[in-house]
Amino acid sequence: MEDTGIGLWGVPLAIFAGAIRVSTPFIFVSLGETITERSGRINLGLEGTLVFGAMTAYAVAVMTGSPTLGVLAAMATGAIFGTIHGWICKWPKVNDIAIGIAMMQFGLGLAFFLGKSFIQPVAPKLPSIPLGGWSAVPQVQAALNINVLFFIGAALALFLWWAFRNTRIGLTLRVVGDSTDAARAMGISPDRVRLLATAAGGSLAAIGGAYLSLYYPGSWNEGISSGQGLMAVALVIFARWNPIGCFLAALLFGGAGALGPALQSVGVTQGYYLFYAAPYVLTLIILIATSSPTRSLAGAPGALSLTK
Amino acid sequence: MTAEVNDPRLSIAAGGSASFRPLLEWLARRAEPVAIGLVAILIGLALFSLFILAVGKSPVTLFQLMYTGGFGSWFSIQNSLSRAAPLLLTALCVALPARLGLVIIGAEGAVVLGGVAAAASAMPFIGVVPPIMLFVFMGVAAMVVGGIWIGFAGFLRHYRGVNETISSLLLAYIAIALMNQFVEGLLRDPASLNKPSTKPLPKDYMLGQIPGMDVHWGLVIGVVACILSWVLIEITSFGFAARIAGGNVRAAQIQGLPVGKLIVGFTAIAGGFAGLAGMIEVAAVQGSANASLAAGYGYTGILVAFLARHNPLAIIPVAILLGGISASGGLIQRRMGLPDATVLVLQGTLFIVILFCETFYGRFKIFNPDLWKRS
Repeated sequence: MEDTGIGLWGVPLAIFAGAIRVSTPFIFVSLGETITERSGRINLGLEGTLVFGAMTAYAVAVMTGSPTLGVLAAMATGAIFGTIHGWICKWPKVNDIAIGIAMMQFGLGLAFFLGKSFIQPVAPKLPSIPLGGWSAVPQVQAALNINVLFFIGAALALFLWWAFRNTRIGLTLRVVGDSTDAARAMGISPDRVRLLATAAGGSLAAIGGAYLSLYYPGSWNEGISSGQGLMAVALVIFARWNPIGCFLAALLFGGAGALGPALQSVGVTQGYYLFYAAPYVLTLIILIATSSPTRSLAGAPGALSLTK
Repeated sequence: MTAEVNDPRLSIAAGGSASFRPLLEWLARRAEPVAIGLVAILIGLALFSLFILAVGKSPVTLFQLMYTGGFGSWFSIQNSLSRAAPLLLTALCVALPARLGLVIIGAEGAVVLGGVAAAASAMPFIGVVPPIMLFVFMGVAAMVVGGIWIGFAGFLRHYRGVNETISSLLLAYIAIALMNQFVEGLLRDPASLNKPSTKPLPKDYMLGQIPGMDVHWGLVIGVVACILSWVLIEITSFGFAARIAGGNVRAAQIQGLPVGKLIVGFTAIAGGFAGLAGMIEVAAVQGSANASLAAGYGYTGILVAFLARHNPLAIIPVAILLGGISASGGLIQRRMGLPDATVLVLQGTLFIVILFCETFYGRFKIFNPDLWKRS
């Protein structure tokens, strides 16, 4: 590493920059999963949706030259995956968790199948906003070069937090999620609300995938995701189904994920793989700390199968 | 009298000799999962054919190749059986906890750590003990480590209320990181340059082939494990208690069944089997522990278990079928120019359709003798 005079300060800086870079997919997937889970369903298939979104975004960006179109196309495919999940789960005796696992395998397989020919070409990247112009240190400038999707994700978290409480759609979603019977009594169709919520969740998860392939790490290959789609499900529990909590938890996870590469960049190579496991260990510890065998989780939607 | 009975054969039996009725009732109940399963597979294959047509290839050629590559010759049958061996064990890792109502999807973690444990435990004994003793040591080490790994997910489920699906998968990611750390660090054979591995087993310390076949002993171990699991679930009181707890946890607790011990015990046995799959990969296939252990057997095992509806005996044919499908992957890739992920798409499609078809259970009167008209 080039010596630029900031020495070990590079580690917290790299973790900060990494937290922002790595957290963006977590923000979108966890916000999407929050919408779905607030409606009383759980979609474990978001890992597949994320990878398929990454492939679609990359392929469309390669073909059209526009990363924005890539993101939009990914959103469309994510919505389709969500719709399939939502439609299948409305049938009696169908287990939403198991369908999620199947959708994950299907999404991964289909993405690898269709994405085979896009491993080589280079797609245009999503734009980022340079906020570090005030500093002369290149690392600081690099760390503050923040992608637009991060800001969109932050705004979306605030918006969803507000919308869950203050809009008709948000209240409908929460009624359905807390009690299927109450929703039916109010004349709401729980199946339709859940289908739309799962489609919206899938669409957001696919944005997370688009970010992976079009910005960081910024390429398409079969190992593009390392379980972000699944960790986001755990993150939603930790965040207690609160969008702002999701945003903060995503930052925390991003920081944990950046720990390994940050230490490696300053020459710490011992136990490299163990640092790689940090986000998973952190997720597990948080799950253990926040779950309880005797009471249901505070803030959990009443109709959610996950917490029963 | 036949107005409510749709199938004429049933009406004859119901109205005719009463002694056939118990047999027919037994057959009808057994026929339901087979019939619905087969219909689900047909629907899945039809959807997959549409997909293959949509990408401009011939599904007929593909299925022919799939048959040739999986079961067309003695060579390919042996290949399929070899691939089925680890699937038998990883499917048990999903099926046993499923009888208690748990969805464990982290078998991959137990496989890789079982493999590492097997390789590590073999090291001090090579050349000291006879091969058969070595296999016992390796197998025990792999089962203990795998059992602890998945048993931990069961423990967290019961005593901490942590969702076992998510925790087992997180544990799988952690296990793969641990394996990489061990294989590239502490246990690395300095001679393995390009692909970090543990020290390879000498030739005469490898788990050999079944006499007369080019299939390693892992297949026998897997089949025995399935039979033992069936006995455990269907015949022992331990399994009976587990089935009650799987049906209704509260009822089981009221009956005074030790639900916590059952959950930890079943998940530990399940993890032990998956760990054994890792040991077989090391002792019979790879010769050492390395990154190839994470080959996805744990994930395919989920599909096998769900296809077999968590019945250990049904796992045997299903694992061989899926072993055959994966064995044909290479041939399809070479002959048709389709990506290797073709098999994954087929598996995913089948998985979704099969789960969807769960909704048909109990909807057809023909399978439910209680609804047949009494004569």
